[in-house]
Amino acid sequence: MDLTVIWAFIIAFAVFAYVVMDGFDLGIGILFPTFDVGRERDRAMNSIAPVWDGNETWLVLGGGGLLAAFPLAYAVVLPATYPLIIAMLLGLVFRGVAFEYRWRDPAHRRLWDAAFAGGSLVAAMAQGMTLGALLQGIDVVDRSYAGSWFDWLTPYTLLCGLGVVAGYALLGSTWLIWKLDGEGQAHARKLALRAAIATILLMGAVSLYNIFLNAEYAERWLTEPEIYFAAPVPILTAIIALSMLQAIRKDHDSKPFWLAIALFFFGMAGLGFTMWPYVVPPGITIWDAAAPERSQIFMLIGVAITMPLIIGYTVWTYWVFRGKVTDEGYH
Amino acid sequence: MLLARMQFAFTISFHFFFPAFTIGLASYLMVLEGLWLRTGKQLYLDLFKYWVKIFAIVFAMGVVSGIVMSYQFGTNWSVFSDVAGPVIGPLMAYEVLTAFFLEAGFLGVMLFGMNKVGKKLHFAATCMVALGTFVSAFWILSVNSWMQTPVGFEMGANGQFLPGPSWWDIVFNPSFPYRLVHTVMAAYLTTAFVVGGVGAWHLLKDRTNAHARKMFTMAMWMAALVTPLQIFAGDLHGLNTLEHQPQKVMAMEGHFDSHPDGAPLILFGIPDSEEKTVRYAIQIPRLSSLILKHDLDAPMDGLDTIPDDEEPPVGMVFWSFRIMVGIGFAMLGIGLWSLVARWRGRLYDWSLLHKAAIVMAPSGFIAVLAGWITTEVGRQPYVIYGLLRTADAASPLDAPAVAASLLAFIVVYFTVFGIGIWYILRLMGKAPHTGEVGAKRGDSGPIRTAGLTPGPTQSPGHEETLPAEKKDI
Repeated sequence: MDLTVIWAFIIAFAVFAYVVMDGFDLGIGILFPTFDVGRERDRAMNSIAPVWDGNETWLVLGGGGLLAAFPLAYAVVLPATYPLIIAMLLGLVFRGVAFEYRWRDPAHRRLWDAAFAGGSLVAAMAQGMTLGALLQGIDVVDRSYAGSWFDWLTPYTLLCGLGVVAGYALLGSTWLIWKLDGEGQAHARKLALRAAIATILLMGAVSLYNIFLNAEYAERWLTEPEIYFAAPVPILTAIIALSMLQAIRKDHDSKPFWLAIALFFFGMAGLGFTMWPYVVPPGITIWDAAAPERSQIFMLIGVAITMPLIIGYTVWTYWVFRGKVTDEGYH
Repeated sequence: MLLARMQFAFTISFHFFFPAFTIGLASYLMVLEGLWLRTGKQLYLDLFKYWVKIFAIVFAMGVVSGIVMSYQFGTNWSVFSDVAGPVIGPLMAYEVLTAFFLEAGFLGVMLFGMNKVGKKLHFAATCMVALGTFVSAFWILSVNSWMQTPVGFEMGANGQFLPGPSWWDIVFNPSFPYRLVHTVMAAYLTTAFVVGGVGAWHLLKDRTNAHARKMFTMAMWMAALVTPLQIFAGDLHGLNTLEHQPQKVMAMEGHFDSHPDGAPLILFGIPDSEEKTVRYAIQIPRLSSLILKHDLDAPMDGLDTIPDDEEPPVGMVFWSFRIMVGIGFAMLGIGLWSLVARWRGRLYDWSLLHKAAIVMAPSGFIAVLAGWITTEVGRQPYVIYGLLRTADAASPLDAPAVAASLLAFIVVYFTVFGIGIWYILRLMGKAPHTGEVGAKRGDSGPIRTAGLTPGPTQSPGHEETLPAEKKDI
């Protein structure tokens, strides 16, 4: 396996880690308006306050890693999706500061709760649409973006955006099933069920759309011999989706969350299979965009040393704040 | 192009304030908690909790504005990202891996984990956060320094800058050690003056407040001891710049003409790039040669030796440099004054000193920004010094798109960060007292009561703050 492939997997891992981890705290933001003002909102917020910062760092790793490992992809994708990226960043600004501001200013807490919810929704939608814009293909001439500045706005990208919003809401609500008890948990179960159905439907719709979007994608999924590698992905996804629906309804605490993560994993595996070996379809493969070998090796050493440590202390942080959130908050 | 530049300048200037404060504040918190563990004195824990609330807000603002930065390289400077990515990308990736995760990962424990992990582990978390802020400065300044003094690279056939055989040369490029020391000390001084200003504010209200006294004396030691070191480091940094980027120094000095036998030090004046002269200059003959070459008669080249299209904008560099140096000497003045006050035993009741310290509280931020402008504008018209022009590094974006997002950034940053700064000032306006609550996740109903019940002895302290709170609002 060459270094470029290793790097493609590292970036994919960073994106997956981001999507799952910031996914659940963005999801809580998206669902925030449905929570009761007062205790339910405070608890939901308390359940993510100690970890959201670390979660969002994976986004910086995704961006920084892309610049470092596939500079050409970074230099093409960002101008192509410029308005989406700006919208996402501004959304993240609002929701990020709301974590602190809502406690500092009880008189305007409603306002910051709205900023938290709105910012989370905008960020999630923009991320989904960026993914859609990437999958539908980006015009590139001479190492730079050559499309117009509304190419990212199509029915397909909107569908992807909604899919990500629903998926994040699913992650958020299943996280709350785990972290809350009593009424809060019952409410989270209801939300999770709705979010799960929406996510499954939208995932299916995006998958079908993919096949019609691009002949090459269709060929990959529907012809021999690829179909033998491809077929298990949708089948496993369906099995996971069904057992997740079961777990949400039954009295399981953490199982729905883990199954939601598994759903995301197979969703991403499917996307990876669709895009491979392009990093920016239809023209730029991972080898076209890859950084030179010296950069790859230098960074690989860094990743090999630091990633186990990062994963170690991230797990430790989650362990410290394990268990149900109580009214005590973190005192 | 101009818009993209303005947007970048705007967002990075805003962003720069927050790390400048968090680097210093994280270390200060580490020192406070360390002193608390060592001495067991409640006073230090109170101060820790007082400042950790402020730290949490500053950090949140730093994180969100930092995420914006990490994507702006691509949105606004895509050509730069493509061609310089193989060299600077890995350095930034190291920053994320070794610094951002460290800070963000341990921040949760630092803010909310005191009762979950115990004192020693909590202190370790605080140390990790402080270390993270420093490591972050290390990498990003390495990137910036490489753009100022690029070495250790090879040019690729496709126009990319490719790393040479030694990453050591790239990371420790010629201007990096000076810039790192100068910038980190600047961050410490910035924090020291904020802490000193807050201490002074509360001393003016109540000169017996033990917490305010402790803040003020710690800050004044920093001012007295670190400012001279900083001025010395700044001088070395300047000499390094003279060696590697002579036209930046020419612009800083306002030297349009060459001086074959001893250049004057222009204290003030109005540089005029059209006429290539400094109007109304007040200057001291030969002093510039003495400072920069340590020889009164040393010849100094001026901007007349540089082609016009390679000159930085002289006026901006000239002025921002003077603002930075001026503030540096004012800080030195406060430091010396505090030594006199200490010697006379009047550190806590010399109200003129306290007033001066309040005036100087935000000075660090202004100096940091001015220094940043000096070095960045002084590098123009290049983004990678001598090799890649800023004009050739921008993204192929339509002006309306950039203009719209620039406007959005201005509105959002001013409101969101303006409000954040206001919250910080409000926290600073409350007098520090015994039994500080720390960054608790609940000022509402049931949670608040839980936070204030630990002991009856702490209640009076809390009540004391209420009048002060009202006064400030």
